[in-house]
Amino acid sequence: MNFQAVKAIYFFEMARFFRTLLQSFVSPVISTSLYFVVFGTAIGSRIQEVEGISYGAFIVPGLIMLSVMTQATSNGSFGIYFPKFIGTIYELLSAPISYFEIILGYVGAAATKALFIGLVILATAAIFVDLKILHPVAMILFLVLTCISFSLLGFILGIWARNFEQLQLVPLLVVTPLVFLGGSFYSVSMLPPIWQTISLFNKLVGTFFR
Amino acid sequence: MLLEVNELRKTYATGFEALKGISLKVNKGEILALLGPNGAGKTSLISTICGITNPSSGSVFIDGYDISKNFRDARKLVGLVPQDITLEPFEKVANTINFSRGLFGKKKDDALTEKILTKLALWDKRDSRLMELSGGMKRRVLIAKALIHEPRLLFLDEPTASVDVELRQSMWNVVADLKKDGVTIILTTHYIEEAEAIADRVGIINKGELLLVEEKTSLMQKFGQKILNIELQKRLNQLPKEFSQENVKLSDDGLTLTYIYDTKQKKTGITKLLSNLSNSGINLRDIQTDQSSLEEIFVNLVKEKAE
Ligand SMILES: Nc1ncnc2c1ncn2[C@@H]1O[C@H](COP(=O)(O)OP(=O)(O)OP(=O)(O)O)[C@@H](O)[C@H]1O
Ligand SMILES: [Mg+2]
Repeated sequence: MNFQAVKAIYFFEMARFFRTLLQSFVSPVISTSLYFVVFGTAIGSRIQEVEGISYGAFIVPGLIMLSVMTQATSNGSFGIYFPKFIGTIYELLSAPISYFEIILGYVGAAATKALFIGLVILATAAIFVDLKILHPVAMILFLVLTCISFSLLGFILGIWARNFEQLQLVPLLVVTPLVFLGGSFYSVSMLPPIWQTISLFNKLVGTFFR
Repeated sequence: MLLEVNELRKTYATGFEALKGISLKVNKGEILALLGPNGAGKTSLISTICGITNPSSGSVFIDGYDISKNFRDARKLVGLVPQDITLEPFEKVANTINFSRGLFGKKKDDALTEKILTKLALWDKRDSRLMELSGGMKRRVLIAKALIHEPRLLFLDEPTASVDVELRQSMWNVVADLKKDGVTIILTTHYIEEAEAIADRVGIINKGELLLVEEKTSLMQKFGQKILNIELQKRLNQLPKEFSQENVKLSDDGLTLTYIYDTKQKKTGITKLLSNLSNSGINLRDIQTDQSSLEEIFVNLVKEKAE
């Protein structure tokens, strides 16, 4: 196992992230705040409570999941697509590293970034609403696993994609709709019956996260 | 022997066969220059040896390690400077070099980084972003990236393309230093004087086939024709009859005779020519001989094989 190489890839990718730290940090904070203004205040004032929780608090996990999933997917795909696109992938291919080590490095970095953004959103949300986390261990575990699996999905996309449009396709067409239909911004029981059934097949949004 | 290539074939997804059964052996510490026209398969050969594309058939051993079965041991020994300049534009020079070393499983070595960057005249650029460098500097960064993990076998795919004359000379010096350290080098080039200047052996590739691999000196001898230039004291209006059957030509200004002869032959005919000249009462001013360059040899060879 070439740990040094995994480390090199991981920190090289993280360095890219930290170079744009301000963007990485500011954009989730702003978008989360916007969601709270729009959903929490405008809509929330009419809905009051969902499943016994204030609407503001109810949408927090959904917001986190939405960002974490899209960020993990796009980070994971971009990390490997970029070297492929500009040609520096020759270096990975000719280095004494296995595919597993390459994946570990890139997916590890992508998942870390997504986790970071998830935690930033959680912290931002805590400013707006009164949060109570019932199962902190399960929450962290679930968050980490989500980061990893969607970074992996992104990695596959990055290898598959032949242009930037294809890179955007899956996060836009699959991940976002699934999160929205997943009962994150409302309770599934509020949907018309047919959508309720459809939503049950959609396990993208874990309910035990609450 | 450091590199052994056996019957290597590569057919791309397009169905194009870029390598048609190449076999090649390269000794430790040797410099081999691969010459060949555009599209000959030089880059394909290097890419296949380095693991960038998979061979369709055949085998490659680096220091005895099979490049597919023992890819870690094999690749650890190899440094690659690709033909195209591919670098991350926003990255800093020192970072990208240390990244390369990391990929090869080695910890950062600041002393070595400084040594290599200094040698390639890049030390003062170490904190520059790659997009701020000129083309020639970027190429040197690629060389630094290939050297930073201390390879024993170095591939240089057209290392001096887009590099100015002065710098080219300094790169040849870098290559000479590496050879002193026992590094084996395989380079491709279109500049035949480059091969002539630094290579021990020359391989000629055309259309996916290795036409020959030969010691540079013996290659030049084998195909070597020499040209004897004879400057005359007085202008000749036409070539005297006694020379008309030989390979003798008179220049347009009537002041030089050229005689083309083969160094391989026992009798070069020079003595006869000179005595004929003095018998005809022609006075000579100066005599000089030229060896045909690799370029001419190369052009002749590719033409010959094509016929
Ligand atoms: N990925 C690829 N898919 C299909 N064909 C390819 C691919 N790469 C190279 N070729 C073809 O293989 C042949 C050899 O290309 P290669 O790049 O090895 O030539 P080269 O000798 O390095 O030429 P040059 O001196 O121009 O660099 C060319 O005809 C090229 O079109
Ligand atoms: Mg080439």
